[in-house]
Amino acid sequence: MSVFKVFDVAGSGMSAQMLRLNTVASNLANAETISGNENEVYQARHPVFQSILQEAGNTNETATVKVSEVVEEDTAAIPHYRPNHPLANEEGFVYSPNIDAVAEMADMISASRSYQNNVEVLATTKEMLLRTLQLGQG
Amino acid sequence: MTVNFDKAFGIHDDALLLFERRTQLLAENIANVDTPDYKARDINFDQVLQNTKTEAVKLNATHKGHINTSNEALSEVVQFREVEQSSADGNTVDLQKEKAAFAENSMRYQTTMHILSKRISGLKAAFRGE
Repeated sequence: MSVFKVFDVAGSGMSAQMLRLNTVASNLANAETISGNENEVYQARHPVFQSILQEAGNTNETATVKVSEVVEEDTAAIPHYRPNHPLANEEGFVYSPNIDAVAEMADMISASRSYQNNVEVLATTKEMLLRTLQLGQG
Repeated sequence: MTVNFDKAFGIHDDALLLFERRTQLLAENIANVDTPDYKARDINFDQVLQNTKTEAVKLNATHKGHINTSNEALSEVVQFREVEQSSADGNTVDLQKEKAAFAENSMRYQTTMHILSKRISGLKAAFRGE
């Protein structure tokens, strides 16, 4: 029965969105992580989604979601002149990551909504299946 | 005289299979809402109707080695959605439309289930002969 595949599909969507939420959390948590070296500063991470087609060409074919990779941004770190900071370099600079907190928050809301949509799909499908099990009992 | 369940259920048991397949397709569209270059798919009901009309020329599977042609008919009708508003990442899922279609499909499924239930209780009543 192909309808059980819906659980796989929605589940894969949920886990992909959850990973996206994780990267947002990581980016926001590390927004103030100071580094003394310009090249070692934290870079924002973003997942890349990919659709995986299984059993293509057959009536059982499914398109699930996979996170193919997590890419790091390549933005220049923001220098701060703080000569008294324990991590400051010889010139007295420390570096903080260039993270766009507003964009991260928007990404978080988008991920959360997409997650909810998948949950809704699961709930509706479950309801349909339970009704099917009761067929002919009424 | 034997009871022909195919006749008793009419088109409704086939319709359930179709709605089931559509549930899966719409779930895929909703799950892939953020996947770059994903193309939304759906079932073309006009095509299903056309295939049902021409089913007379299809081969009957009377042996377990025969290929069931009706399943092939179902895979032919899955088509990509036409894009009304293209997006920069090449994704063609319109979430609002997909959710509306999913709700509609689940209502249709439940309606068909209801009709089938009534047909079964009709048969039961006939068997009891009360």
